[in-house]
Amino acid sequence: MAVHELTFPITDEQDILKLRAGDEVVVQGHIVGIRDRTQIRIFDEGVEPPMDLRGAFLLHTAPNVRKLGPGRYEKVCIGTTTSARMVRFTEPLGARYGVRAICGKGGFPDEAIEPMRAHGMAYLAIVGGAAALETTQIEEIEEVAWEELMPECLWKFRVKDFGPLTVGIDAHGNSLYHDVQARAHAKLEELYARL
Amino acid sequence: MQQLATDLQASVEDAAAHLYVWALKDIPQDLRDALVDAQARETSVSGRRVLDTIVRNVDVADDAHNLVCQDTGIAVYHARVGEHFPLHPARIYEALRDGTARATLEHPLRSNAVHTITRENTGPNIGYRLPIVHWEFVADWDGLDVKCVPKGSGSENMSFLKMCVPADGVRGIKQFVLESVVDAGGKPCPPGIVGVGIGGSADYAMHLAKEAIMRPIGTRNPDPLVAQLEDELFALLNETGIGPMGLGGDVTVLQCHVEHADTHMTLNPVAVNYQCWAARRASAHISVDGTIDYDREA
Ligand code: SF4
Repeated sequence: MAVHELTFPITDEQDILKLRAGDEVVVQGHIVGIRDRTQIRIFDEGVEPPMDLRGAFLLHTAPNVRKLGPGRYEKVCIGTTTSARMVRFTEPLGARYGVRAICGKGGFPDEAIEPMRAHGMAYLAIVGGAAALETTQIEEIEEVAWEELMPECLWKFRVKDFGPLTVGIDAHGNSLYHDVQARAHAKLEELYARL
Repeated sequence: MQQLATDLQASVEDAAAHLYVWALKDIPQDLRDALVDAQARETSVSGRRVLDTIVRNVDVADDAHNLVCQDTGIAVYHARVGEHFPLHPARIYEALRDGTARATLEHPLRSNAVHTITRENTGPNIGYRLPIVHWEFVADWDGLDVKCVPKGSGSENMSFLKMCVPADGVRGIKQFVLESVVDAGGKPCPPGIVGVGIGGSADYAMHLAKEAIMRPIGTRNPDPLVAQLEDELFALLNETGIGPMGLGGDVTVLQCHVEHADTHMTLNPVAVNYQCWAARRASAHISVDGTIDYDREA
C-alpha cells in the first residue's frame, strides 16, 4: 500500500485519482474545517460559502479555540467528528464546489461511493479521538467565516504533516467500509452458527 | 455539624473539578497497557497505523498537557456513599455539579450541554439533570468514592437495547452484542470497551451497561457465569474483523464487560453501551475529614 504526501488545495486531479483505498496520506498546505451546521447553511439555506472550496480538503471538526481578537483565534484542542451524519452533502460538495477530499472519522456509508467516483473525490479517515496529536499538526487558524455558528464555523487551517490518514473511499468506487461490513456480516453468520 | 458539611461539600466540589480535567488529560494505566497490547496484536497495515497513532497521541497529550480527545463529553459520575458519610447525597450532587461547571470555566473546556429540544447551550457542561450520577450506598462505612467518566458522543450514540425473549436465551444476548458492534463499525472510535447490561428491566439494563464501561479494563464480573460470558464475547467480538477505526483488522474491542441483574421470568433484556478507545476515567476517595485521595486506577 502506497504512502502519499499531498498539498491542498490541489490543482492536479491526478493527486486524487492516484489514491487507492487503504493507502496512507499525509497532508500539507491549507485545509477547511466544516461541520453539520456549516453545511446546512450552504445547502439547505442556500447561503454561498465565503471561501473558495475548489480542490479543497474538508475536515469534519468543531475546534476548541481561544479568541484573540476580532476574527482571530488560537487553537486549544482540535479533533475530528463522526462523518456519517454529513454524508448527504458529498454530491453537491463535489458537483457544485469542486471539493476533492473529505476527512473525518468513522467513515461514510455506501451512498458516498458514487458521488466520489463521479467527481474525483476521496474520503480520508483520520484516527478519531487523537486530538492532542492533530492539534500539533495544525500550525495556525488563518481564517474564520460565519463566527455566529461557533464552533461550527467555516475554518481555514494551515497544516504541517497532517496525518497519518487512510484512504477509506477512493475515486474508483472502492470503499474499505463497504468491504469491512460485507466481510463482517459473512463472519457473523459463521459466528452465530457456533453459538 | 453544619461547618463540617460545608467543608465536605467544598472538598467534593474540588474533587469533581479536578477529576473532570484529569480524566480528560491523563488516561489510566490499565487503558494504556491495553492499547499497547492491542498494538502488538494487530497485524493489518491500517490497524497498526491507527493504533500507533493512538499511542503516540496519548504521549503527546502528556507532553503538551492537552486533552487526549477534543470531546469533553457529558460528565458522568459514579458515587459510592458510605452510610456514615456526613454529607447528604443532595449536597453531594450539588458539589459534583458545581465542580463540573468550575472545571469547564476555569480550564476552559468545551461545553457540550444543550436543551434537548431547543438545542441551546444550558451552561458549562451542566443543565437540567446534568451531570449524570450513578449512586451506590454502602452500609457500615463513612467514606465517599467518586469516579468521573466523561462520555463522548461518538461512542454514546452507539448504544443499543433489545428486549430478547427468554427463549432467545444467552445465544440471543450474544447475537445482539455481536450485531451491535458490527453495525457500529468505525463510528464509536474502536477499539474500545463494549459495556453490556443484562437482566433487570429495559432502563436498568442500559444503566448496567454504562456501569460496565466504568470498570478498569479487563476486570471480571464476580459471578463466574457472567465472567465466562465476558470472556466469550471478548473473543467473538475480535473475530468480526471491524478493526481499529472500522478500517478492518484484528483488534475490534479492547474488552467486553458485562453487568447483570436478576429479572422477570418473562424478560431477557440486553443493552449495549460502547466506550471508545479514549475510555477516560479518574477517581477520588473523600474521607470524613475532607481529605481527598486521588486514584487513577480505580
Ligand atoms: S468517540 Fe471517544 S475517542 Fe472518538 S471522538 Fe468521541 S470521545 Fe473522542
